[in-house]
Amino acid sequence: MVTNERERVEVRIATRRSESPAPRTGESVFRLQRVTVAYAEREAIRDITLDVPANQITAIIGPSGSGKSTLIRVLNRMNDLIPSAHVSGKVIYHGQDLYEPAVDPVEVRRRIGMVFQKPNPFPKSIYENVAFGLRVKGMTDGLDGRVEQALRAAALWDEVKSDLRKNAYELSGGQQQRLCIARAIAVEPDTILMDEPASALDPIATQRIEDLMFELKDQYSIVIVTHNMQQAARVSDMTAFLTVEVSEEGDRRTGVLAEYDRTEVIFTNPSDPRTEAYITGRFG
Amino acid sequence: MGAVPDIDLTRRRRVGERLIRGALLACGVLSIGVTLGILASLATETIEFFRTVSPIDYLTGTRWAPTFTPSDFGVLPLVSATLLITAIAAAVAFPLGLGAAIYLSEYATSRVRRVIKPTLEVLAGIPTVVFGYFALTFVTPDVLQPLIPGTRIFNALSGGLVVGVMIIPLVASISEDAMRAVPWSLREAAYGMGATRRTVATRVVLPAALSGVAAAFSLALSRAIGETMIVAIAAGLNPNLSPDPRQGMATMTAYIVQVSLGDTPFGSIEYKTIYALGTTLFVMTLALNVVSYRFVKRFRERYE
Amino acid sequence: MTSLAGTVRGPLATGRRIERSPRALVFHALLLVCLLVGLVTLLTLLVDVLRDGVGRLSGEFLTRLDSRLPSRAGIKPALVGTAWLMGLVALISFPVGVGAAVYLEEFAPHNRFTSFIEVNVANLAAVPSIIYGLLGLAVFVRFMSLGRSILAGALTLVLLILPIIIVASREALRAVPDSIRQGALAVGATGWQTVWHQTLPAALPGSLTGMILGLSRAVGETAPLITLGALTYVNFVPTDPLDRFTAMPIQIFNWVSRPQTEFQHTAAAGIILLLGVLLVMNAVAVYLRNRYERRW
Repeated sequence: MVTNERERVEVRIATRRSESPAPRTGESVFRLQRVTVAYAEREAIRDITLDVPANQITAIIGPSGSGKSTLIRVLNRMNDLIPSAHVSGKVIYHGQDLYEPAVDPVEVRRRIGMVFQKPNPFPKSIYENVAFGLRVKGMTDGLDGRVEQALRAAALWDEVKSDLRKNAYELSGGQQQRLCIARAIAVEPDTILMDEPASALDPIATQRIEDLMFELKDQYSIVIVTHNMQQAARVSDMTAFLTVEVSEEGDRRTGVLAEYDRTEVIFTNPSDPRTEAYITGRFG
Repeated sequence: MGAVPDIDLTRRRRVGERLIRGALLACGVLSIGVTLGILASLATETIEFFRTVSPIDYLTGTRWAPTFTPSDFGVLPLVSATLLITAIAAAVAFPLGLGAAIYLSEYATSRVRRVIKPTLEVLAGIPTVVFGYFALTFVTPDVLQPLIPGTRIFNALSGGLVVGVMIIPLVASISEDAMRAVPWSLREAAYGMGATRRTVATRVVLPAALSGVAAAFSLALSRAIGETMIVAIAAGLNPNLSPDPRQGMATMTAYIVQVSLGDTPFGSIEYKTIYALGTTLFVMTLALNVVSYRFVKRFRERYE
Repeated sequence: MTSLAGTVRGPLATGRRIERSPRALVFHALLLVCLLVGLVTLLTLLVDVLRDGVGRLSGEFLTRLDSRLPSRAGIKPALVGTAWLMGLVALISFPVGVGAAVYLEEFAPHNRFTSFIEVNVANLAAVPSIIYGLLGLAVFVRFMSLGRSILAGALTLVLLILPIIIVASREALRAVPDSIRQGALAVGATGWQTVWHQTLPAALPGSLTGMILGLSRAVGETAPLITLGALTYVNFVPTDPLDRFTAMPIQIFNWVSRPQTEFQHTAAAGIILLLGVLLVMNAVAVYLRNRYERRW
């Protein structure tokens, strides 16, 4: 079964490369305009401007400390949880700036789901993990059906359907991560953010997550942070490369957007020398 | 899914959430209310008290007889009883508690610790009435009276000794925590020079843990001063200004109990006296607690 | 730093020869004596109590009211009083204590006001219990006109043990990993929904253990209740939270204070019962801790 999967994936990558779809212009799910995030006085990322296309996979890559996690957390207002964080600039989502005072972060997070680096299922049953979001959002009509649908979409249903009351902690790492994806999908977001979703997983589990991403692309917009360039190359349509700028005194490190383009361009013909240095391994 | 038409992201009112957070805040702030309540209830009655009784008489008088005629409101008999018993308790608990702490920290194997520590916790959990019973029905008749002629049935010595034993676990656990927090590197240096365990314990670890031990001592004193039932049972309820521990004498706390056992109409002079005593008690224990806290801070600054 | 003392036995320990010097032995022995005094006292106490009281224990002891005759004195009113008190204390202190802990851990901003509250809680834990009695007398009995009732007593005890519950619950909440909270928030749950559905259930065993510890403390408290006017001679069984009452430790105190030596045996029987109740409580706490506390 493993070899068949691998063949399937290889075929898919080959096909994808030849098709080379351009982002559907005019359909951006996020438009970032000069976004800067500072923790107290220290700027973590500065002046980020880019459009994230809908129904595509957009990757954020860069060396450690370049603010990739900070950037992705801007998109679902998770930075709000850090008291010293201050966000300036605009993040336009469905015509509204997410950081307007009138906007409810709780609503934002329902529509923009997140999967974390280390799988973090709740210490409850598989069923309750997926049902949690539905319950708190009052989406409890046909609860069983919704749970099954989410688990199917996350490619986990067949493996767990025999006992949904099993504790989530008994699942393997890869299964837990797919459970977290199901949990996010259940509340019907239109976007899924993934902060290094496979870095804590073994290669086989990683592969399955990447396959899943392709399947999910039809229905959701996906933004993924990864430190693994090959993964970005395999999986994403658009790639943003963040690099670190060091202040003159040498004490402040801030992430800035070096380049943002279609993945093939980034990896085969980058325009910025910093991008080229990174992908050819000269640093980072 | 795909492109979703204009969606509503505006802030929801979420009244339920706000109400709950308000209730939680109230719970959190309650403790401040308790402190204010203590201060207010003590202060109001004490101020009333000092309208009838002069503070000088109170603080320097040697006869405490509020209900007699002529009445006397000298608090010294009660304070001296409290201090005498506390001193005896300290004489018991400080060396024994410290010794136990040194043993547990520097000498005991983990097996021994696993047995001893819960036992000390049991000792700490015994209700004070039970200790009082023990003092009156065993320590006094079976230990003190045979050994020390002239020991009365109610006596300060019995109370002090038992209070001392009761606070051994307190002294031991805080001192032990302080000693275990001393970095291993200090011990290593000493052992490396060929020092014995005894030397390391007394010359290296103990001095390093000194402020933690001081915190333990202050807290133990505070506890002993505030102790009520053991002294009420063992040392009796009658004020007696005497340096002789073989005699019975009421502490401040015991006197409050004595008054409360009777009928105390609100606003009567007796009612006010228990609050005046309460204030005196509160001030003494607060001072010791603050001292203890300062020692803990100093210790933490050094090692954490 | 858990087994530092154990490693002393290893190669770093000094040679046996030096350890055997008379000075070292005497010191070692002295330390053991320190430890043993407490233990021996505990044992003596337990044996003494058992010896004195076991003869008095009987079904009748449990069902009779108090009496002037030692042979007819029973502990029923005190038992019922203690049961009432503990029930009310548990009911009131748990939500309030856990609520305060949740506020301090999950919602309070990190500012000076919050630190002030924390210092305040720590301070209250060290206030002598009799002062809580004075507080209860002034506020619950007098100001709130609850009279010298079970309710006033219970409320006073609640205030007394609140710091214990708050500290234990905070530790339990702190032990819950932040990743759980983030996972819940990321799905669109509000702060309270996250706490109620995920954080609090995970911290529940620790909080319950804390409450049982608080109750163990409350069950043995005498001074504050006497101060507020609990009765020491009770010949009726309370049926109402506003009734007057007595409690086990108070009854014991009363019996100990009587001149007849027989009453000492009665007191000892009461003590055995009280210690038995404490034993059961602590056993439940240990059981809860071992069975349900999760190691993250």
